[in-house]
Amino acid sequence: MKKITLKVNGKKTKHELDPEEPLLYVLREEFKLSGAKYGCGLHQCGACMVLVDDQAEPTCMNSCEYFEGKDIETIEHLSQNNKLHAVQKAFFEAQAAQCGYCLNGMLISAVALLRNIPQPNRLQIKDALQQVICRCGTHVRFIRAVENAIAQKE
Amino acid sequence: MKDTTTNNQNRRSFLKTSGQLIIGFNLFPFLQFCTNPENQTDLSTYPGIAIRPNAGKDIMDSWIRLDAKGFVTVLTGKQELGQGIRTALLQIAAEELEVPFDICHIINGDTAQTANEGYTAGSNSVEGSGSAIRQAAAEAKYYLIQEAAKLWQVNIDQVEAKNGAILGPENRKISYWELLNGEFIEGKITGEAPIKNPKNHVIVGKSIPRADISKMIKGEPHFIHDLRLEGMLHARVVHPPSYNAKLEALDESKISQLPGVVKLIVDGSFVAIVAKREYQAIKAREKIIEIAKWESTNIEPAMGDLFSNMKNKASNPKEVEASPTINQTIKQAKNQLKSTYRKPYTMHGSTGPGCAVAQWDNQKLTVWSPTQGVYPLQNTLADLFSIEKESIRCIGMPGSGCYGHNSADDVSAEAAMIARHLPNQPVRLQWMRDNEHRWEPYGSAMQLTLEAGLDQNGNITSWKTEIWSDTHSTRPNGNAGHYVSARHLAKPFEFKKGGFSGGSYRNASPLYEITDKALLLYDYEGPLRTSALRGLGAYGNIFALESFIDELASIAKMDPFDFRIQNLKNNRAIEVLKTLKSKTEWENLSERTKSKSGIAFAQYKNSAAYFAVMVTLENEGEKLKIKKMISVIEAGQCINPDGLINQTEGGMIQSASWTILEAVQYNEKEIISKDWNSYPIFRAKDIPDIEVHIINRPEEKPLGAGEAAQGPVAAAIVNALSNHLGKRIYELPLREYFEN
Ligand code: FES
Ligand code: FES
Repeated sequence: MKKITLKVNGKKTKHELDPEEPLLYVLREEFKLSGAKYGCGLHQCGACMVLVDDQAEPTCMNSCEYFEGKDIETIEHLSQNNKLHAVQKAFFEAQAAQCGYCLNGMLISAVALLRNIPQPNRLQIKDALQQVICRCGTHVRFIRAVENAIAQKE
Repeated sequence: MKDTTTNNQNRRSFLKTSGQLIIGFNLFPFLQFCTNPENQTDLSTYPGIAIRPNAGKDIMDSWIRLDAKGFVTVLTGKQELGQGIRTALLQIAAEELEVPFDICHIINGDTAQTANEGYTAGSNSVEGSGSAIRQAAAEAKYYLIQEAAKLWQVNIDQVEAKNGAILGPENRKISYWELLNGEFIEGKITGEAPIKNPKNHVIVGKSIPRADISKMIKGEPHFIHDLRLEGMLHARVVHPPSYNAKLEALDESKISQLPGVVKLIVDGSFVAIVAKREYQAIKAREKIIEIAKWESTNIEPAMGDLFSNMKNKASNPKEVEASPTINQTIKQAKNQLKSTYRKPYTMHGSTGPGCAVAQWDNQKLTVWSPTQGVYPLQNTLADLFSIEKESIRCIGMPGSGCYGHNSADDVSAEAAMIARHLPNQPVRLQWMRDNEHRWEPYGSAMQLTLEAGLDQNGNITSWKTEIWSDTHSTRPNGNAGHYVSARHLAKPFEFKKGGFSGGSYRNASPLYEITDKALLLYDYEGPLRTSALRGLGAYGNIFALESFIDELASIAKMDPFDFRIQNLKNNRAIEVLKTLKSKTEWENLSERTKSKSGIAFAQYKNSAAYFAVMVTLENEGEKLKIKKMISVIEAGQCINPDGLINQTEGGMIQSASWTILEAVQYNEKEIISKDWNSYPIFRAKDIPDIEVHIINRPEEKPLGAGEAAQGPVAAAIVNALSNHLGKRIYELPLREYFEN
């Protein structure tokens, strides 16, 4: 066990943890956050994605210790004062979900994309969503939602 | 429980006396988690309703409750699987009951509350639950109208229901809830209440957004995976390395002392670990996998021998459609053709692996489950534990999309098996990715031989189908042996496959007008575990049938649209094809585009939704890629157009992925498709442009649509590819021709 300091959603907190424990389980158990989900535990599906220093990163393999000193932001933090983030709004308006299990990964990847490339083209959008598995086949809506979010920003 | 069966008169009972928990469970912290499942931002908050047991499907109260003042609660035995069923059913209820949509809430499958509607499967939820809810709502409204008329001493045609209230002469107005005055409507659905004319629908037919999506985009708890109960422990299972493997040795002392471990369960070859924290359970599981010794037998036949084994093992076929003359009629036709098609094992591959929570208290069991059927689960658990089903409560919760019989029931049973060792403590079990990929029941591999005769005018005169397939349904409907881990116990439950279902020949009989038809089914016991996967046999059958139709069209030297339309008599089918022809501007397409395009059509189950699709390919370097898919769907009365489109798009993408990329791989030792690298599926860059057009028929009954796309998309891709290559393709998947 080790004292681990994590900065999650703007707040720094200390936790007594097995330093090897991947961040995903720490987020779900210690922080009681539900957005990031287990899908594969192998960096293959993106269900566990969070924003790490504004990049979309999986959390199911890398230890919580690895995330010390990094700025971690989860899906729960995207809407502020009851106001949805533009990407959340676009996802809702496009009704971009079937079962919704992949939604966290898709949404986080989309937010990271727009933070890094404000005007991505369709290929860049697909590239950004490529790492996230959606078995329901909702991809067309995710792509459309990202395009709508960009259009709305203009 | 009150005996309502002898009660023919509609009457009402006080909630005070009836609104109690009958079964005797009172441990549901779950209620805090989801009393207000939807619209959390609503100004007014829906308080939920007290648990009142379901008194049978023919009682109004089983479907519609006005217990919460100002709110309507709809109950359904069907589960939300990501198909938007909650919204669609609420639309039906709100429409018929004449209340605003926003005040309606829904409770899905819960054996303590909702009606027994079996499984949420076969695209029959709107057809089944929807029509029951429509009836019940109409009946409730009719009852309220009569009550108001009585109260005001006027004729019933002087009153009308509107916006949750009854309006009468001289501006009289009374809300439903005032009228009921704290009582609930008890009484049978008589079928006498008038049903609203679809012409006057204002809610049904509208694209009302799904409320659950507003929770998902915020990452709020929604899935069974997110359920957190006080004192909850975490479990993992270690499945054997292959189906028949038996546990030989496991040094338990090496496991029990690992950090956080609460209990190691070893019962025969069923091995599970329970720990305080989730990651501790995962680590302990890894250790078990490392040190456990198993004895296993080889998986047979080898993958390469699968299709020949199917034929060799075949004994007498079942004559599903018999024709003593068929061979003769085919022989006498002007032209004949015979082709054989093959599809491999395919998997559900849910994005989130199975998860369930179980708790035992005083011999009573509660299971929170992503199952497609809470009542069949309850029944089967009763068999597993040899207890009365009344001692088991199964509460359905959203899981990751399942597309049929995936891990949901297995994981629920295992959670209960594990929790039994730890009474009074909730135990959450989640499968790991390899549990899911290797242990779910797959969609069966199939082999299909089709033979037909054509006359000189391009009419199909005769058609013979032969199917080789393992079962498409091994749902655990009361038999614990259907739970995979129940077979591994020290006292194992026997798995009796039994009743090879009609699933194998679903959609095998052509909808085309053919006078002489024969259909033979060879049941095959294959090497891998199989069960219901979206569409069941329809996927393989339509792939073959609609590929074959293209082959016949080319023998008849006819355009694929014209050939299909000429051989159909069903007007709705013809309309769907004609609409596709105009939406794709088929007549104006260049020969170049046509040579990279293919079409296909089917009416799912020959009784549900009609669907036609055109697929166009494009070159990408050396390989091919789907450029565009355009489809037309007709599902009778359309409840929620955007929901229908969403589900159809999803079905099209999933089917394209199955068709192009997917096949479950195994060797003699084990299943080697164990994750997304060894079993790749479509990802964002594979996704083509998609257009879905709806033909709405408000005057018809709604038809199940969730599986309509699966078969036709496969055939359309194969037809497009065959046109492009100038030679027919008979075996799936098509990986070698496409990128990846
Ligand atoms: S769960 Fe982390 S990538 Fe799949
Ligand atoms: S919506 Fe179900 S996995 Fe993407």
